[in-house]
Amino acid sequence: MSEYDLREYQGLEEVVGPIFIIRGIHSVGYNQLVEITDSEGRYRIGLTLEVGQGYAVVQVLGGTAGLSLGNCRVRFRGRPLTIGVSEEMLGRVFNGLGEPLDNLPAPLAEEMADVNGLTINPTARDYPRNIIETGLSAIDVMNTLVRGQKLPIFSGSGLPHNTIAAQIARQARVRGESFCIVFAAMGVKYDTARFFLRGFEESGVLERVAVFLSLADSPSIERLMTPRVALTCAEFLAFRKNMHVLVIMTDMANYCEALRELSTIRGEIPARKGYPGYLYSDLASLYERAGMVKDLAGSITQLPILTMPNDDITHPIPDLTGFITEGQIVLERELSVRGIYPPIAGLPSLSRLMKDNIGKGLTREDHPALAAQLFSCYAHVKDIRALAAIVGEEELAPLDHLYLQFGESFERDFLCQGVDQRRSLEESLDLGWEILSLLPREELVRISEEMLGKYYRGKDER
Amino acid sequence: MAEVVGRVYRVSGPVVEVEEAWSLSMLEVVEVGNLHLVGEVVHLKTGHAFVQVYEDTTSLKPGDPVYSNHEPLSVELGPGLLGSIFDGVQRPLQLIREKQGMAIARGIHLPPLERTRRWEFAPVASAGQQAGPGAIIGEVQETGLVRHLIMVPPGLSGRLVWVAPPGDYTVEDKIAVLDTGQGQVPLRLFQRWPVRRSRPYQRKIEPNEPLLTGQRVIDTLFPLAKGGSVAVPGGFGTGKTVVQHQMARWSDADIVVFVGCGERGNEMTDVLLSFPSLVDPRQGRPLMERTILVANTSNMPVAAREASIYTGITLAEYYRDMGYHVALMADSTSRWAEALRELSGRLEEMPLEEGFPAYLPSRLAEFYERAGAVRNLNGRSGSISIIASVSPPGGDFSEPVTAHTKRFIRAFWALDRELANARHYPAISWTESYSEYLEDVQNWWHEKISPEWLSLRYAIMEILQKEQKLMQVVKLIGPDVLPPSQRLILETAELFKNAFLQQNAFEPVDAFTSPKKQLLMLKAIMRFHEKAEMAVKNGLAVSRIRQLPIYQKLLRMKTNYPEDALDRLEEFLKEFETAFQQEEF
Ligand SMILES: Nc1ncnc2c1ncn2[C@@H]1O[C@H](COP(=O)(O)OP(=O)(O)O)[C@@H](O)[C@H]1O
Ligand SMILES: [Mg+2]
Repeated sequence: MSEYDLREYQGLEEVVGPIFIIRGIHSVGYNQLVEITDSEGRYRIGLTLEVGQGYAVVQVLGGTAGLSLGNCRVRFRGRPLTIGVSEEMLGRVFNGLGEPLDNLPAPLAEEMADVNGLTINPTARDYPRNIIETGLSAIDVMNTLVRGQKLPIFSGSGLPHNTIAAQIARQARVRGESFCIVFAAMGVKYDTARFFLRGFEESGVLERVAVFLSLADSPSIERLMTPRVALTCAEFLAFRKNMHVLVIMTDMANYCEALRELSTIRGEIPARKGYPGYLYSDLASLYERAGMVKDLAGSITQLPILTMPNDDITHPIPDLTGFITEGQIVLERELSVRGIYPPIAGLPSLSRLMKDNIGKGLTREDHPALAAQLFSCYAHVKDIRALAAIVGEEELAPLDHLYLQFGESFERDFLCQGVDQRRSLEESLDLGWEILSLLPREELVRISEEMLGKYYRGKDER
Repeated sequence: MAEVVGRVYRVSGPVVEVEEAWSLSMLEVVEVGNLHLVGEVVHLKTGHAFVQVYEDTTSLKPGDPVYSNHEPLSVELGPGLLGSIFDGVQRPLQLIREKQGMAIARGIHLPPLERTRRWEFAPVASAGQQAGPGAIIGEVQETGLVRHLIMVPPGLSGRLVWVAPPGDYTVEDKIAVLDTGQGQVPLRLFQRWPVRRSRPYQRKIEPNEPLLTGQRVIDTLFPLAKGGSVAVPGGFGTGKTVVQHQMARWSDADIVVFVGCGERGNEMTDVLLSFPSLVDPRQGRPLMERTILVANTSNMPVAAREASIYTGITLAEYYRDMGYHVALMADSTSRWAEALRELSGRLEEMPLEEGFPAYLPSRLAEFYERAGAVRNLNGRSGSISIIASVSPPGGDFSEPVTAHTKRFIRAFWALDRELANARHYPAISWTESYSEYLEDVQNWWHEKISPEWLSLRYAIMEILQKEQKLMQVVKLIGPDVLPPSQRLILETAELFKNAFLQQNAFEPVDAFTSPKKQLLMLKAIMRFHEKAEMAVKNGLAVSRIRQLPIYQKLLRMKTNYPEDALDRLEEFLKEFETAFQQEEF
């Protein structure tokens, strides 16, 4: 492989967007690291996107601004992009490619790791088993998060997704144990990054956080590497150092846009809304890096944040994400407008790993039935509200009024809680019963007689 | 060792262009580069071959050698398939893990079937006999559940000149010799078959037996026949995977082939970890003993995703040839179609709708055509049922994959977002779903369970349809304006949804319901409706119905009467005579 290191090429044939084409080269491999030095001596790196007889198409991760056709020097390194990883990365701030931004020297690498990660053999995976108490009732009771899960927050611009993610990061515990955090910011404003950093600092966990920032002013192409670099760090911490890692990635919509940009420049045939057909596989190559591995103690839990363009959950970004992740926490503008925090939508939110991890011997015996009943009653509330909007509330039957009351209480008392308020799971479950007990017992058809006898506290019991 | 047949010319993701490729033919398997990455020739043009590579192509470069044995992409068929998990091109994932640890490295070449394991072979044919294609030479007890028949491969026939005595053999050992007239052909415990060609059979036969799933909404409302095909479309989180897992667990197929095509790694892990300890409801053996998994999870190479469906169906055909009823689950066929689209894009073919290639419908047709109930070459009959999930973008069923799939299937279980949101599972819509197998399976129900089956089924469907119409009125002006008899329709429909249609896959008693219990439950609900109709006519307020003890009992009959207490359920049916008499109104 050393043959690569010797050659240096000068001059490019074409530069377009974040891509250049170079000819007259010899034996360059696909998806390999490229080093570029421009006429000013500025150094950047790239990757080969396509290689052919005597030419290569290269994406420049630092962006192509300032590159000229004549005066830059190009080297092909004959290996994929790797980064040095070490435990020392915790407590440090890096750019989207893993270079220090905090004016400290780069941490001494314990290992070099390919940013594309490893394809985990499904037979080597371990099924996620330990629930994470976030202290938020809407999550703990209704959409339980599990260690090793990938659970995105689907949000909209102006909604408090950052506040929620920060609260989860602060409060998340598994039987008292906390997490170390890998935080990746793609194309977000400095304010957003600062919000998280200050939060980490105030709760005194900064030494347990590795930060990767590719902010709005960095070249958009860099965003394509940022989550990969961050996940490479997370994998090292989880699978080599046996840590429990919580990875927060924001904003996945910016990542997807960068991918679309690259695809359009390459003239690829788009699938939907201009996004390339491989967006699904590309996103999967990130999200599937969450999980647990047999015989290893560590885990990677992912909390990606994405803003849905126009609050549209059918947009390809949330849609494809939802097809890959293990559920989704959906934020609802209407709740937020009414001052309800966290505005976690009652119906479209889902945790797919919840089913195997709650109930007798895991959380509490009543948990599965309680959650199912809350969902189904709240769905009925939505129907009645729709009816009330047409016929007027006065026209509703007495039972319907009870449902409306339940709906209000569900939103005001159960969903709603303080930014610093941590409810224990017990408390949240009890609160769930309290509001369910606003409804007559015979309406609670998802719950067994036995369980109702034990937990129902409605009028006809007293 | 394979010979060098060309050199890499260009690499673009999973597609590699090969020059000096004159000796290559379409759909043959090649090995690319120094790592010998496996690929398949998908396009030929003026001395160049385009190869889709089943592994990550990182570091491949122009000039790298390309090798070939000039064979099509094939699978190994023989004892040892059951209980295994393979990747999209039949590499044994368990073995790979034993050899390489947690990650799948590139360029691994391991035979799919273990070479050292010995199987106890019992001959049934003897020397001197004539044996045609599919003829049974002997048997191997592959697992506690399945006897594996060793057959003469399709295309061969002649006179058996030697059959091995009973004993323990490896898959490669010779167990018979066939004199075909053109020479003597050794037969072994395993054979190979190209995945893109369907295995031959005598003829298709009418499917007439239901594939029982234990899922009430399926078996009673929208049944599938053994040998039928069904599509399960739905947006994310509507329950496609759970439906397929439930069928893999509870259906009365002899063999289950589950193809995880571009979906989550953890879902495969879930099956791998749970199936060995779950027992087959009929014979009490671990479910893994009848199950084969083919996994190309979403982070595995996309070209192998395209192949995984063919690998799966070929394995299914092989067991069908033995006379078994095979159920093939493909989760999700949309990911397969998208793989097709991605590869087509890399080949710079002209796209049609949403970037899909023009040959999408014909590929779908070919796949579904491989399902069916058949009379095999050896005279036995077997079947393949296909249960295919479809993942329409944005949950929109008018998109190309769903729309084209509908042309090739006869049952459709449409998953409904609103039902899923309300946690009504399985979220199979009773208005959008259909099954054309209803007539095919009615005799079975009438003979085995009850002659009332079809009429009860139509009666409840009628109530559901009436409810749907009435709800359009209710949504505009509220339920109060409806006369009591119509409000009763709403109540019965609601009861049926809660008591019958809704079925919790994770509640031990509820997860599986036998046909007998399904019929009794349905009967109970219909009898309730009749009696309530009379009572309402006589002045019972509809608003009081939910408070009746009988109503509450009906709601909970799914969990209160386990399969071993069906006699109690029959007793319960008698309560209706008196249930309404005691009411004062
Ligand atoms: N029959 C069922 N019983 C209980 N829960 C179900 C059932 N079907 C689906 N679910 C719930 O819905 C979630 C999503 O189902 P899944 O099959 O994974 O959806 P899809 O494959 O359509 O994305 C599951 O994790 C489970 O919580
Ligand atoms: Mg699924």
